Amino acid sequence: MLEILTTDFMQRALIAALLVGLVAPMVGIFLVQRRLSLIGDGMGHVALAGVAIGLVTGLEPVLTALAGAVLAAVAIELLRARGRTNADVALGVIFYGGIAAGVVIISKAPEGTPANLVSYLFGSILTTRTSDVWVFLVLALVIMGTLWVLWPRLFAVANDEEYARAVGLPVLPLNIVLAVLTATTVVVAMRVVGLLLISALMIVPNAAGQLLARSFTSGLRWAVAIGLVSAVGGVFVSYPLDTPSGGTIVVLAVLIYIVTAVSMAVVGRLRQRRHEVAESHEHEHGPECGHEAIPHGDHVDYLHDGHRHAAHQGHYDEHGADEYGALSRDDGPTGQDEEVST
Amino acid sequence: MSAAPRSASRADPSPVPVIELRGAAFGYGEHAVVTDVTLPVHRGEIVAVLGPNGSGKSTLMKGILGLNEHLAGTVRLFGEPADELRDRARVGYVPQRHTLSSSIRSTAEEIVATGRLPRLGWLGRPKATDRQVVARALELVGLSDRAATEVATLSGGQQRRVLIARALAGQPDVLVMDEPTAGVDVASQHVLADVLARLVARGVTMLIVTHELGALERLLTRIVVVDGGRVTFDGPPRRFAARRRARDHAHDTHRHDSELAAGDTAAVVPHGPADRSGQAHA
Ligand SMILES: Nc1ncnc2c1ncn2[C@@H]1O[C@H](COP(=O)(O)OP(=O)(O)OP(=O)(O)O)[C@@H](O)[C@H]1O
Ligand SMILES: [Mg+2]
Ligand SMILES: [Zn+2]
Ligand SMILES: [Zn+2]
Ligand SMILES: [Zn+2]
Ligand SMILES: [Zn+2]
Repeated sequence: MLEILTTDFMQRALIAALLVGLVAPMVGIFLVQRRLSLIGDGMGHVALAGVAIGLVTGLEPVLTALAGAVLAAVAIELLRARGRTNADVALGVIFYGGIAAGVVIISKAPEGTPANLVSYLFGSILTTRTSDVWVFLVLALVIMGTLWVLWPRLFAVANDEEYARAVGLPVLPLNIVLAVLTATTVVVAMRVVGLLLISALMIVPNAAGQLLARSFTSGLRWAVAIGLVSAVGGVFVSYPLDTPSGGTIVVLAVLIYIVTAVSMAVVGRLRQRRHEVAESHEHEHGPECGHEAIPHGDHVDYLHDGHRHAAHQGHYDEHGADEYGALSRDDGPTGQDEEVST
Repeated sequence: MSAAPRSASRADPSPVPVIELRGAAFGYGEHAVVTDVTLPVHRGEIVAVLGPNGSGKSTLMKGILGLNEHLAGTVRLFGEPADELRDRARVGYVPQRHTLSSSIRSTAEEIVATGRLPRLGWLGRPKATDRQVVARALELVGLSDRAATEVATLSGGQQRRVLIARALAGQPDVLVMDEPTAGVDVASQHVLADVLARLVARGVTMLIVTHELGALERLLTRIVVVDGGRVTFDGPPRRFAARRRARDHAHDTHRHDSELAAGDTAAVVPHGPADRSGQAHA
């Protein structure tokens, strides 16, 4: 089983999968936040036109795809910034124009390339060359570096664009940066999952991550973990199963999502039964309310008539009198964050 | 911010107004909602903006912040044309309706931290002091114990307080607040008024849209009434109170702070944008 790791193409495929699994959810979380989940899909369409131009002209398809997708990304953000009601339609024109041009141009390519079309649409790790892997590595590092520097600002803009504009954050440049990062991710993922399934790897790990997380940062960590497991795992099992890597990766991600959703529902049901709500609570505890505040794990309990009360969603939970008992069944505001998976 | 010690209730007579509107009109698309607003606000002034629903208060606030169409006149902030102002971090904003994305979970602390970003330049990363400012902002609005709570699970009033904390985290010189106390309980309103009083003492200028003066009343130095897209009253609270008393006398069964708007002559008139009956500037 492990001998497949020693084959060159498998090593290349696993490295490419690792990069995609890492980068796609990181970029995707901001797209989900901006409710632009499907924009990666559109950029995949345009990247196909880039690939076709590369195949016909003999230029490197990865680079022409990158150029096409980045151009489309900038155009899309500028159109959206103009705020015209038909921006939506304009996006449709760009996306379908891209894929149609790709199909037409590719038909004029030298002999033997039509098979290539399918490999770009659905991914083909077998044809990934070492030079491709290097390009992907550089692009992935650029994406991660940019995100590391800019993520608080991307979060602010995606979270509340009007506020960001009011206080002078560079909203349009940040949106363009995100669009370009999306385009770059599309190109990195093109060989592994294919242009038609790229969006899935940006969205599905985040959908699953949101079921587990209570904060943006933990959501991001979960999404990256799930993205990595699906991408690397998908490539790994696609070999013995003899299935296409792209589809396998996405099926795996969707399975993880379903399993997570079902187990969270069960866990939620159990917690609901176990947790004690402090009845009739008019008073709102706060730093200056006069009740003694007792730090408890990641939250604060207030000592209220001999009971420890902790804020939880719209009510207060009883966190009991004895500290250890309380800790073991803690379901405070963020208590569910990371532990649930264990 | 050079905060020379000064009286909390007196406006700074420095020549350059913090906010200066001249014949300004704002709206959405081509359609002007507020017109002909001339409003100089000086450093340290605490201005309440009153007016009935739909009169254009929020439109005026957004216009000052450059969030809608600026259709006529001039807007200057800190003496510079508003659209050329470099240091926008000096402006704090509490929107009326929160426009926070709900598709990705985030905590109160993460939201408040975004209020600090304008102070960090284009590429700066939050340092320990910035995190302290954020923690302090949460503490000021009484939400330190909810810092790690997901915002979507907070109550409406608590979410308002998160937005106020977000504005405070930017340590602004001028605070534009659109109904900051709507849905906030009385106790928290008083805590908030104390917080704002401390900022007032530091020379922060405030523009506060509200329907209920409530706990904020003691801070005010000036009242502006907007009705039908125009400013129909602009003066000190004392004069406003005098006019309100005169008005209450006319129909004392029912009274609302903002109803002075239409002017003393028109007791029962529609207050729509088309109604131009009560425009007399006081
Ligand atoms: N985004 C928008 N696009 C078009 N028209 C708008 C928009 N927002 C507000 N308006 C219109 O502008 C007018 C004034 O609205 P605005 O929100 O400024 O009122 P307001 O005084 O803040 O009212 P309220 O007390 O209810 O907050 C209304 O007639 C409204 O229909
Ligand atoms: Mg309003
Ligand atoms: Zn208490
Ligand atoms: Zn507790
Ligand atoms: Zn209690
Ligand atoms: Zn509970």
